[in-house]
Amino acid sequence: MNRARFAARRLAQGLVALLLIVVVNFFLIRAAPGDPAQVMAGEAGAGDAKFVAQLRQQFGLDKPMIEQLGLYLGHVAMLDLGQSYRQQRPVAELIGERVPATLLLTGAAFVLSLLFGITLGAWSSARVGTWGDSLVTTVALIFYATPLFWVALMAVLVFSIKLDWLPGFGMATVGQDFSALGHALDVAQHLVLPAVTLALFYMAIYARMTRTSMLEVSRMDFVKTARAKGVPRGRIWRVHILRNALLPIITLAGIQAGQMVGGAILTETVFAWPGIGRLMFEALLQRDYNLLLGVFLFTAAMVVLFNFLTDVLYTIVDPRIELR
Amino acid sequence: MGDFWRRFRRNKGALVGLAILILVLCLALFAPLIDSGDPWAMVQRPFLPPFEIAHTMFGTDTLGRDIGTGLVYGARVSLMIGFVSTVAALVLGVTLGAVSGYYGGWIDATLMRFTELFQTVPSFALAIVLVAIFQPSVGSIVTAIAIVSWPPVARLVRGEFLTLRQRDFVEAARLDGQSDLRIIFVELLPNAASSIVVMASLMVATAILLESSLSFMGLGDPDLMSWGFMIGAARTVLRQAWWMSVFPGLAILLTVLALNLVGEGLSDGLNTRLGGGRGNAGL
Amino acid sequence: MPASDPVLQIDGLDISLPPGGDRPLAVSGVSLTLAAGEALCIVGESGSGKSMIANAVMGLLPGPHVRPTAGRIRFDGQELLDLSESQMQTLRGRRIGMIFQEPMTALNPIMRIGDQIGEVYRSHLSIGRKECRERVLAALADVGLPDPTRLIDSYPFRLSGGQRQRVMIAAALALEPALLIADEPTTALDVTTQAQILKLIRALQRRRGMALLFITHDFGVVAEIADRVAVMQRGIMVEAGPARDVLDRPAHVYTQKLIAAIPHGQTSDRAPAMAPAALLELDQVTKTYRLPGGREVAALKGVSLTLRKGETLGIVGESGSGKSTIGRCVTGLTPISSGRILFEGIDISKLGPKGLKPYRGRIQMVFQDPYASLNPRHRVGSAITTGMLMQGIPKAKARDRAVELLSLVGLGAEALDRYPHEFSGGQRQRIGIARALAMEPELLVADEPVSALDVSVQAQVLDLFDQVRKKFDLALLFITHDLRVAAQMCDRVAVMRAGELVEYGEAAQVLRDPRHAYTQELIAAVPRLERAAS
Repeated sequence: MNRARFAARRLAQGLVALLLIVVVNFFLIRAAPGDPAQVMAGEAGAGDAKFVAQLRQQFGLDKPMIEQLGLYLGHVAMLDLGQSYRQQRPVAELIGERVPATLLLTGAAFVLSLLFGITLGAWSSARVGTWGDSLVTTVALIFYATPLFWVALMAVLVFSIKLDWLPGFGMATVGQDFSALGHALDVAQHLVLPAVTLALFYMAIYARMTRTSMLEVSRMDFVKTARAKGVPRGRIWRVHILRNALLPIITLAGIQAGQMVGGAILTETVFAWPGIGRLMFEALLQRDYNLLLGVFLFTAAMVVLFNFLTDVLYTIVDPRIELR
Repeated sequence: MGDFWRRFRRNKGALVGLAILILVLCLALFAPLIDSGDPWAMVQRPFLPPFEIAHTMFGTDTLGRDIGTGLVYGARVSLMIGFVSTVAALVLGVTLGAVSGYYGGWIDATLMRFTELFQTVPSFALAIVLVAIFQPSVGSIVTAIAIVSWPPVARLVRGEFLTLRQRDFVEAARLDGQSDLRIIFVELLPNAASSIVVMASLMVATAILLESSLSFMGLGDPDLMSWGFMIGAARTVLRQAWWMSVFPGLAILLTVLALNLVGEGLSDGLNTRLGGGRGNAGL
Repeated sequence: MPASDPVLQIDGLDISLPPGGDRPLAVSGVSLTLAAGEALCIVGESGSGKSMIANAVMGLLPGPHVRPTAGRIRFDGQELLDLSESQMQTLRGRRIGMIFQEPMTALNPIMRIGDQIGEVYRSHLSIGRKECRERVLAALADVGLPDPTRLIDSYPFRLSGGQRQRVMIAAALALEPALLIADEPTTALDVTTQAQILKLIRALQRRRGMALLFITHDFGVVAEIADRVAVMQRGIMVEAGPARDVLDRPAHVYTQKLIAAIPHGQTSDRAPAMAPAALLELDQVTKTYRLPGGREVAALKGVSLTLRKGETLGIVGESGSGKSTIGRCVTGLTPISSGRILFEGIDISKLGPKGLKPYRGRIQMVFQDPYASLNPRHRVGSAITTGMLMQGIPKAKARDRAVELLSLVGLGAEALDRYPHEFSGGQRQRIGIARALAMEPELLVADEPVSALDVSVQAQVLDLFDQVRKKFDLALLFITHDLRVAAQMCDRVAVMRAGELVEYGEAAQVLRDPRHAYTQELIAAVPRLERAAS
């Protein structure tokens, strides 16, 4: 089946890219300041040369670069990303703990941004030149220009501190004993501000892109043909224009989903949301390069996955993609 | 040129953006003349709210430093880093995109794989990693931003070149005996120039956002007072001193907004410049 | 003449243009009537406003600046210009059908064919799915499409231009409208496909007693299909009447000029004094393209032909025949897969870029698209002189020569400092010819040089080619899809089909007495003025 072959090829390409990033990761770890062994020793027994040498041997740091690379690749394939020097725990474990929170946050933000972004964009494209269109376009322009971390801070300032409507810290209220439903609602309450702020920037992107795409498609010949056939305006808008206009949006959404993980770093930092973004921030503060790069590698894997899913979705939606 | 200005002027937003941009540029260029203070100097009592004392219109921060001075000097940092990293990204991206789009074939395929590699990580995460590993400084920040920003412009230029490459005037140029290099720079690049210019203005905007985000995370050059750093410092005292984060944030917002608006104005002004060709559609 | 009311009546129609155009009204004071069962052609060059009239009837003008500002359009007893958009929507597709020029972009690429025709039924009738499907199948069969049951679930990208046009016709005629408006529906099609589509439209019109409003620029099409014809010039209807009358005895000066400009398709009895030795020789030239995905396309399959100095050889074929590929291979723009290309006895196909350098000036090319053959960012002077500068000719001398050439092609010296967008299509083609001649070539390849031009301008540019050929004693490789042009311009003709050379010989002989079946088909398909619209 053509689609299956195409999907397999894209997956293979993604894995190759990931492999290269792993290699780059390896060299970045080596490029980090300080000798990893000394850094590790620093916490336990600094200055003891024998101890440092022992650590070096233990972690294979005295072997030639190529061998180390091979070892590293082997470890990564086993999902072993090494130890966090500061937190004295396997990196993979730390990541595993935090991933669900990030997925929840980015998932919610992704859905919100797509839903509202596309709706607003389509809505404004049907009203070009009216005040509604100008409003949407201007607001989108402003949110597109606003730094994410600042919006997050402002949201905390206004909605959490000044108005006290919503919590601006963490994922759940500490020290409360909730039922399962109560816990879910509590998390949901905490989710509102971070998800909405993360969504705003991308919402602006989708709104703009959808509007442009809709306008472009509305000028195409087949829309004129549909009008000449006497197809009602609503159907033309929904079936002919919107569906064709959404094709490039799918590709865009795939790319933005990956970028959103980067945005999550900022959001989680401001809202103290316990996800991998905040983990990365903590790694930065503590100069824990092993952890930092472990999270980095993981985000790359997420992007590869999102890109792959987008490609597959695109082949399903666009009948023109067959043999590749 | 007259045509370009006419079309640019018609876009009201672009004019507003241009005005703001010029204002910010003046602030940045003439910073020492306007406000001869040192943004690191403690001039007043800490936590002074804004609009109370004429000399420190925007209030002071946790150490008594003048926010207003910080804003002015921050403009310098942001614009400088924004422009330099964009130029670097352009040089890299335009070259790769042009070569890729012109030659096609395996050269294109290889370069595109290479470009895709950079797009397989969230740009912000990569920037963080690079600056963290190579220690925060203007150099590492500019390099990191450039590395993260060149793929989109490479793709744009590649797309333009792939289209332009098909046009007959390129074939005519080859029949004239022009070398590939000459064709790329003399014949094709001027035609792609408008798209590149528009993209460049947006890239500066993105660069400023990136730089401020990095500074916020504590990865800014420790010797430079930048808007992002100011907001980062304000994070823990949000409740007590709202002005520490609001004003620098507004500064970033206005500057980036202005750049985006100007970018759209440029797009209007440039892209329809020589489009008079076919006309008569449907007559 | 039927005694009933006319199906369509237009009185004094004005259509405005956006401010800043070359005239205030696209169409001014146009009046016409169309009776049931009658076919009326509106003929004109680009910019004449002919398409505007068609769009105005359907209410599809690209507002807000382009709209009817005066006059009336009466259809089916209703004043169309007074109707609201939703009222027009009920008329469109049901009582008036319309088909357009570009079949490749006229269908929704992600919607099945069956749905695109089915839409027409569902938008105007309340109809069940099963019945709808049956009617769609019938509609597809009606327009001569093969295998309707498979086609109904296919997507447009599987269909050729001609097939897509048939689908459009099926959709337009699905509800048996009283009026069909056809806006240049065959202009973008190959000549053989065009003939088929015209036949189909004529047959359907006759069978259903429909009124047909047909927009075209080609008088040959008028002869084939029209009962009556109206001629448009820059928004004004300059002449109208029964087709035969207007074609045989055009009254208005403009009509006379248009008809005179049509390539007559007569071969000239030329007896050129030709050098006996071949200047250019193609020996079993093959070109195969490898597509991504492993598929191979054979653009040229073992083509052999010769061209002598002072001779004009026409390469004729439809799209995909490989005729343009020959031009590109001869000039060295495209490398060949096998075979030889001999120029004055030397195999230039084996030469690398360095070896080709001395030949650059000797073989030159004139391109098809006047809007893409000149770099929009460079001045005309630069376009013409670059080749000479590359050859080492000093700047001043190159400039002088450029002025000479411009005057030769009928343009003044001030053109040197202007940009291409300041010139019309015909003028740009002249500049292209001047550029090609700048290097003093011995062989000139002309790749469809007049196909994108209006008919009156075509005639002038062809004249220019003739002049230039005689003056410089050029060997001319003339690539075209238009047999009439080939007949007029060429000494010998080679007919290409799907990469193969199917017929090759003296122009007069090939065109009057073709041997190969395909050549016969091509000639039969050319819309001819003499053919009476029966």
